[in-house]
Amino acid sequence: MRIVIIGNGISGITAAKTLRQLSDHEIIVISDESELFFSRTALMYVFMGHMRLQDIVPHPKSFYEQHNIKLNFGRVNTVQFENKQIEFNDNHTLAYDKLIIATGSKPTMYGWSGSHLDGVHNLYHLQDLENIERHAETCEHAVIVGGGLIGIELAEMLHSRAIGVTMLVRESGYWNNVLPAEESEILNKHITEQGIELQLNTELKEIWGDKERVKMILTSNGAKISTQLVGITTGVQPNVSFLDFTSIEKNNGLLTNAFLETSIPDVYAIGDCAELRNPTKGRKAVESVWYTGRMMGELVAYNILGAQKAYDPGSWVNSAQFFDIEYQVYGFVPNQEMPGIKHIFWKHPSKNKSIRLVYEEKNGIILGFNLLGIRYRQEVCEKWIAEKTSIETVLQNLSLANFDPEFFKSYEKHLVHIYNEQSGAKLKLQSNGRLSQVLTFLKPS
Amino acid sequence: MNKINPSLSLTESSKRPLNTLQNIGLFIGFSGLAIITFSLFTIYQNYSEVLLYSSLGAISLGVTLYTIGTYKGKTSGIKNDYNWLSGLTNRGTTAWIAGIFITTFYVLLYWYPQILGLGVNGQSNSGLIGFFDPLSQLLKGTGKFASEWFVYGTLYTLAILVFGIKFIAKYRHNRYQVIRTISVMFFQLGFAFIIPAILEAMSLPYNDFKNVWPLNYYFFDTWNINGYLNAGNIGLFMLIFGVAMILLVTPILTYFFGKRWYCSWVCGCGGLAETAGDPFRHLSDKSVKAWKIERWSIHLVLVLAFMMTIAVIYNYRAQEVSYLVTTESFLIGFTILMLSLAGITFYNRNKWINNHNRIAFIIGACMLGFIFLCTGLAYFVLGSNDLFFIPTYKIQQFYGFFIGAAFSGVVGVGFYPIMGSRVWCRFGCPMAGLLGLQQKFFSRFRITTNGAQCISCGNCSTYCEMGIDVRAYAEKGQDIVRASCVGCGICSAVCPRGVLKLENGPMIEQRASEKRAFFIAEDEIKML
Repeated sequence: MRIVIIGNGISGITAAKTLRQLSDHEIIVISDESELFFSRTALMYVFMGHMRLQDIVPHPKSFYEQHNIKLNFGRVNTVQFENKQIEFNDNHTLAYDKLIIATGSKPTMYGWSGSHLDGVHNLYHLQDLENIERHAETCEHAVIVGGGLIGIELAEMLHSRAIGVTMLVRESGYWNNVLPAEESEILNKHITEQGIELQLNTELKEIWGDKERVKMILTSNGAKISTQLVGITTGVQPNVSFLDFTSIEKNNGLLTNAFLETSIPDVYAIGDCAELRNPTKGRKAVESVWYTGRMMGELVAYNILGAQKAYDPGSWVNSAQFFDIEYQVYGFVPNQEMPGIKHIFWKHPSKNKSIRLVYEEKNGIILGFNLLGIRYRQEVCEKWIAEKTSIETVLQNLSLANFDPEFFKSYEKHLVHIYNEQSGAKLKLQSNGRLSQVLTFLKPS
Repeated sequence: MNKINPSLSLTESSKRPLNTLQNIGLFIGFSGLAIITFSLFTIYQNYSEVLLYSSLGAISLGVTLYTIGTYKGKTSGIKNDYNWLSGLTNRGTTAWIAGIFITTFYVLLYWYPQILGLGVNGQSNSGLIGFFDPLSQLLKGTGKFASEWFVYGTLYTLAILVFGIKFIAKYRHNRYQVIRTISVMFFQLGFAFIIPAILEAMSLPYNDFKNVWPLNYYFFDTWNINGYLNAGNIGLFMLIFGVAMILLVTPILTYFFGKRWYCSWVCGCGGLAETAGDPFRHLSDKSVKAWKIERWSIHLVLVLAFMMTIAVIYNYRAQEVSYLVTTESFLIGFTILMLSLAGITFYNRNKWINNHNRIAFIIGACMLGFIFLCTGLAYFVLGSNDLFFIPTYKIQQFYGFFIGAAFSGVVGVGFYPIMGSRVWCRFGCPMAGLLGLQQKFFSRFRITTNGAQCISCGNCSTYCEMGIDVRAYAEKGQDIVRASCVGCGICSAVCPRGVLKLENGPMIEQRASEKRAFFIAEDEIKML
C-alpha cells in the first residue's frame, strides 16, 4: 500500500514516523517549503542567533533513508480524488492508496491597503524569515500587528537586533482574549519593560509606502507611525485553498470525523488544516497548536492501519514563552469570571511568576492550572484533571506538580494559604515533591 | 535550507553590538592581558610587582565591567542572542585567533617553560614566570619562586572566578546554575589554589584534594606516594583521603546524584569549561559519529589509565613502598578481581547493560586476567619485571605526554573556541569515563522530560556541551540516562517550554524506558 502525506510539518512527519513504526507500507512525504522537517516554533531562535537552521531540523536526511520514508520536494497543485492521484505544479502526478493531508496553516491577512508592500511580513514560513533577515539590516523601527503568540515572538526577534518595536494589540491587554486579566497584566508590564511599545485597543488601518518599501502605518486611533518593517501576526487559518475546486468538504479547514477521515474515502486530514465536525467538549474544531498536530499525526497512522480509534485530545495543554516568562496551561482556564467557577491566584510580589488554579465551586473539582514563570508537570496535572480530583486534595499535594529545577524556591504553600483564607479550611502541604513520590502518584493503580 | 546561514563564514565580522561599558570592559581586560603577555620579554624591571597586581586586577575589572554592560538593565532569562552570528562564538576569525593563542600558551607551558621564563639549572626566573614571582612569594613565603604551574594555576583560577561571575550574572534567574557555579569557584580557589599554596608554604607535599584518581593519574606514582609517606600524619591523611575519595566518596555521591556532583560542581576542568568555556558550549559536535568516537576514545583512555596505574602499583615491589605489595599477592589478587568482575557482569541482568556492553566488558576483564596470569608465568619462569611486557615508565611517559598534556590541555582548552568547551571531558577524561559508566548503570540520576511538551526546537541539543542530542529523547518524552551527561543543567535552563528537569530518584529503569510523549500507549498497538 502506498501512503502519501502532503506536508512535512509536525503532523505529517509524526504520521510518517508512526506509520513506519507500525508497518512496512510505502510512505511518501511531499513538501514544498523545505526538504526536511524543521521545528517551526524555533524559527525565531535562528534569527536571534541562538541556533543555526540545521539545528532546528530534528532528523538528518539519513534518518528518512534509514527508515525508508521517501521525501518528495515539490508543490501540489491539486488532488484528483476520483482517480486517487496527486497533481503537482509541473503537471506530473502521483498515485496514492491512502492520502493524509497535513498542509498546516497560512497567515490570515485582512486586506489592509498597502499589505503588498515590500517590508510587510508574516512570521510563518522559512521564506518569511529570510525576508525579515533581509529587511532587518536597514530597519530602525518595526510595527507588529496582532497580540498573540507569534506577534510576541517577532517582537523578541527584532528586539534582539536592537530594532525598536511597536505592537498594535486589538484587545485591552496582551493576549487577554485567552489569559485572565492578572496574567495579561504581568505580560503587559514585562513587554513594556523590554522597551517594546505596546499600543492596546489599537488596530491597523492602513499601510503606506512607496515602490521600494513600507514607510508608515496608520492605526485605528488615527496615529501615524513611521516604520520600515510591518509584521502581520493576526492569526492563521487552514492552508487548504489548493483543494478549492475539488469535491472535498470543507469549512475553514477540511472537515473530518473523529477518526480524522475527510468526506472522501481513504483521505485523511490532520493538524492545523483539519476541522473536526464534532470536537470534544470544550475544544475547538480547528486547533493550530504543535501538540494536537502531533497527536493527530499519531492517531491517523493507527486509523489508516485499521484501529478505528476516535480522536480525544484529553484536557487542553499549551505552553509558550513571552520574552523571559515561560507559560504553561493545563485544562480549563477561562479568561474572565464565570458563574460556578472559582480561582485561586497567587502572584510573586516582585518576580514574574504566578500560579492559578481553577475549580468548580459546587463540588470542588479541579479544572485547570495556569502558570507563568513556573513549570508544572503535565502528567500530574492531567491526572488530577482526568480523575476529577478535589481542589483540596490537589492543594495538599501540589508540590507533586512542581517541575522547576532543583534549588528553585517553591511557592505551593502560598496557594494553600490563599485557599485557607478564602474558605476557612486548614489545609497543609503534605507531599514534598520528590521524584519518588511523583512516581508513586503516577503509577497506574 | 542553507540560504540564511551566516554561521560558517571565516571572515564575517561580529554583528554583536557592544555598548560603551562593554567596550570599556574589553579595553581594560585586554590591557591586563597585554601587560601579562609583554612580561614575556622581561621589560618591566622595577615596576613589575605593581604591574603584576594591576594586570590581574585589570582582567578582573574588565570582565566585570563587560558583564555589567551585557546584563545590566536586561530582564533575567536566557540570553544567547548572536551566538551563531558573531565571530568569536561561531568559529569565525576571532575564534581561531583565540584558539591559536591559548594553544600556543599550552604548548609553551607543557614543553618549553623556559621560553616562558622558567629558570633552569639554578637560574632565577625571568619573563612571564618571573613576573609571577612576587605573588608566589607572597602566598608561599620568601624564596619560594613561581613555577610554570603556579603561573598556570593563577591564571586558571582567575579565569574561573571572573568568568564565573559573568556566568552567574547571565543565569541569575536560575538558582541551580548560581549555586553550582559558586561551588566550582569555591573548589578551584580553595582546593586547587589556596590549600596547595599553604601546603607548599609549610613544606608539605603538593596536594589538590579534589583531584581524584584517575583524573589525577599520578596519584599512585611512587614519587607521589612516597611524598605522602614521608610527610608524617598529614601525608598519611592525604593518602587515606585520596583513597577514600576513590573507593567511598565517589561511588556514593555518583550513586545518589550522578556524575554531576564532580564534573560540574567540583572539578577544575569542568569549572573552566562551565565558566570561561560557556560562550562556546554550543560548538560541541552533536552527530552520531561524534558520539561513536567519544565512546571509543574516552573508554580507551580509561583503560589506559587503569593499565598504567596497575603497572605502577606492580612496580612498587621494587621500590621503598614494597611492603604494600608483593608480586604474588598482586598477581593473584588482580587475576581474581578481573575474573570476578567478568563473572559479575555476566550474571548482572541490569537492562541497561546490553549484550554489546556485556561482551566487551567480559572480554576486557578476561584479557586483563589473562595478562596477569602470563605476567606471573613470565615472572616466575623468566624473571621478567614488566607487567604489560613494556617498561612501566614508558607507559607513564606516553600517558603524560599524550593524555595528560596534549589532550587535556592543548586540545581540551586550546580548542574551546573551535570544538566547544568540554572536549577533554567528553572524549578523554578517564574520571568522566569511570563516573559515566556508574552513572549509566548504577545511579539515581536522570533528566526527566515533562510529558509531551517538547516542540523539537533544538535549544537543548544545541547548548549541550557534551554533544548529547537531548531533543531526540525529549521529543519522545523519554528520560535521559547518558553516561556522558555532566548534569550542568543548561538543557533545562534553555528549554523554552520547561520540558527538562535534572532529578534523582528511584525506579530509573521503568521510568527511563517509557516514551511518554506518545499519545497512544504502546500496548494499544496490540489491538491492530
